[in-house]
Amino acid sequence: MAETSSPSVLRAETNSWFDRVPPAYWVLGVVLLVIPAFVSDFVMGEIMARAFIMGIIALSLMLLGGYGGMVSLAQMAFAGFAGYMIAVFGTSAITDISQGWPWWIVIPLALILTIILSTAVGWLAVRTEGIYTIMITLAIAAAFFYFTRQNYDIFNGFQGFNSVLPPQLFGVDWRGSYAFYYLTLFWAILGYAVVLYISRAPFGLALQGVRDNPRRMSALGYNVTAHRVAAYAFAGLIAGIGGILLTWQLSQISPGTVGIGAAIDVLVIAVVGGLRHPIGPFIGAFIFVVLETFAKDFLVTLGLSGDRFQLVIGLGFLIIVFFSPDGLLGLWDKFRAARNRDPLTGQDRGEREL
Amino acid sequence: MSDVSVMTRGDPQTGSGYALELRDISKKFGALEALAGINMLVRPGERRAVLGSNGAGKTTLFNCITGDFMPTTGAIRFFGEDITVFPAQERIRRGLRRTYQISLLFTGLTVLDNVYLACRGVSRGRFSFVRPRRGDALMQTAEELVATVNLSDAINTPVSELSYGQQRQLEIAMALSGAPRFILFDEPAAGLSPTERVELIKILTGLPSHVGYIIIEHDMDVALRVSEQVTMMHNGRIFKEGKPAEIEDDAEVQALYLGGNADE
Ligand SMILES: Nc1ncnc2c1ncn2[C@@H]1O[C@H](COP(=O)(O)OP(=O)(O)O)[C@@H](O)[C@H]1O
Ligand SMILES: [Mg+2]
Repeated sequence: MAETSSPSVLRAETNSWFDRVPPAYWVLGVVLLVIPAFVSDFVMGEIMARAFIMGIIALSLMLLGGYGGMVSLAQMAFAGFAGYMIAVFGTSAITDISQGWPWWIVIPLALILTIILSTAVGWLAVRTEGIYTIMITLAIAAAFFYFTRQNYDIFNGFQGFNSVLPPQLFGVDWRGSYAFYYLTLFWAILGYAVVLYISRAPFGLALQGVRDNPRRMSALGYNVTAHRVAAYAFAGLIAGIGGILLTWQLSQISPGTVGIGAAIDVLVIAVVGGLRHPIGPFIGAFIFVVLETFAKDFLVTLGLSGDRFQLVIGLGFLIIVFFSPDGLLGLWDKFRAARNRDPLTGQDRGEREL
Repeated sequence: MSDVSVMTRGDPQTGSGYALELRDISKKFGALEALAGINMLVRPGERRAVLGSNGAGKTTLFNCITGDFMPTTGAIRFFGEDITVFPAQERIRRGLRRTYQISLLFTGLTVLDNVYLACRGVSRGRFSFVRPRRGDALMQTAEELVATVNLSDAINTPVSELSYGQQRQLEIAMALSGAPRFILFDEPAAGLSPTERVELIKILTGLPSHVGYIIIEHDMDVALRVSEQVTMMHNGRIFKEGKPAEIEDDAEVQALYLGGNADE
């Protein structure tokens, strides 16, 4: 083993993971940990926790779209399906349907069923490319939405389920504002870290290879279809975790949660944040939630109708995508590159990393 | 498809002693007959150059051998085994490799990742969720291959930022991954600088002696220096085979090929 200064050593895992975390992440981590001490319950729950949850769901799209080159509009449907499953098998106010099983059966069961569903959808969707993938997953999302609205035996139709709450575990009320904040923060960080980790593991590298050049991947001995389907399965797990948290946050799950609008919100969040890096969906989600919360008041202040806040979000989306197809992450990269460039020669000064 | 009849017609005995055996390969694209009855026998470890003008069918021949697409008729044996209808992955697992005339690289990934993926493709653990550890055997092999093609300085550079010549080198590193037995090089020297060409010749002549290859090459100088057998193609047919010296002196070849392409 050559422990010299060959370039590869930089890439190899020379230090413990601890040393390789960039300082900015430590700062952000500390801020996220102590922020509950300084903000209201509203900010903690309706903005921060909601941003983490939407970030997790959009993260599942980032994995598929950014690494796999497959844009799926069905991620919100997977999330909603997991939410429905914990309502159906766990407890809710709809005692006729809810089975009331213990959480340690309900949560794994809900996630496994979600993985099965997303694998099946993936198996269908990977037969298509580009715009057709978007169409087929949109059709699946729409079908799921109408199905939940019309099916009363399992999904309780239009009303859905209310009083779907997290279990009382370790004597903590997980729906309490502090506990729920840290619960969602934990899953957001875990999801982020796992996706980032996998991006450099054989599975993630192969997925990026499939994105860049599927024909070459199969010529190299890979089963391209299997890799794509596996990506859907894994993305389904992530979306499912986000969906369970979302259901707990709202204390309910109903067709409105899994509508076409929500499916598109997830796409907007992922694209606005940036599909190239797993931090993108969380940046996008934070901005989306802030806009969603305050755009109404802002419009009313301007003397306009508050109903138009979707328009503000849509315009923001257009502007960002227009200036940077890579989302806000791309803008950040451009800014960094510009700062790195020597103003006289226009040459890079080196040191470019994300 | 006629391919099935080929399978049953081909004699079942294996171990013919040839690395590559092409029997009556033809390929039609609609009305265009890109290959018309190609027969070729290549011994293990043999190094052969295929020459011919643009559109002669050289790349099409490679595509048929590697399974990028099926020949219209004919049979292909690789080390005695009938691979005519095998998918590309099955052929690569048997030690067949190729480079592409137009680079087909993973532009969003680094040089090392490209080579690592090539190495990983012919080994197990393609679905692993665990990052390669320091000293991972496959990662080291990939690093060595990168060094073989003189790309160590660019090992962590994204492929999209490589020069054209570097991309060609990377193609070669990927073809060398995972114990190849036979490699098809599709115009590896095209677009290389003179120094890069010298490096390429060094890499080719430095390959282990059991590794045979076919190289498509426009540059006679390069072709004759790295091969012991030359096949001339024209309009989808082979019209001459022989030792480099014979081919160089052949009047017909000079008229048809060197006459038109003498750009040196
Ligand atoms: N995929 C394809 N579809 C249709 N025609 C093709 C295809 N590939 C090659 N051809 C045609 O087959 C002929 C041989 O092409 P090719 O094998 O690429 O030639 P060479 O590599 O010798 O320059 C050309 O006339 C080319 O246009
Ligand atoms: Mg060609």
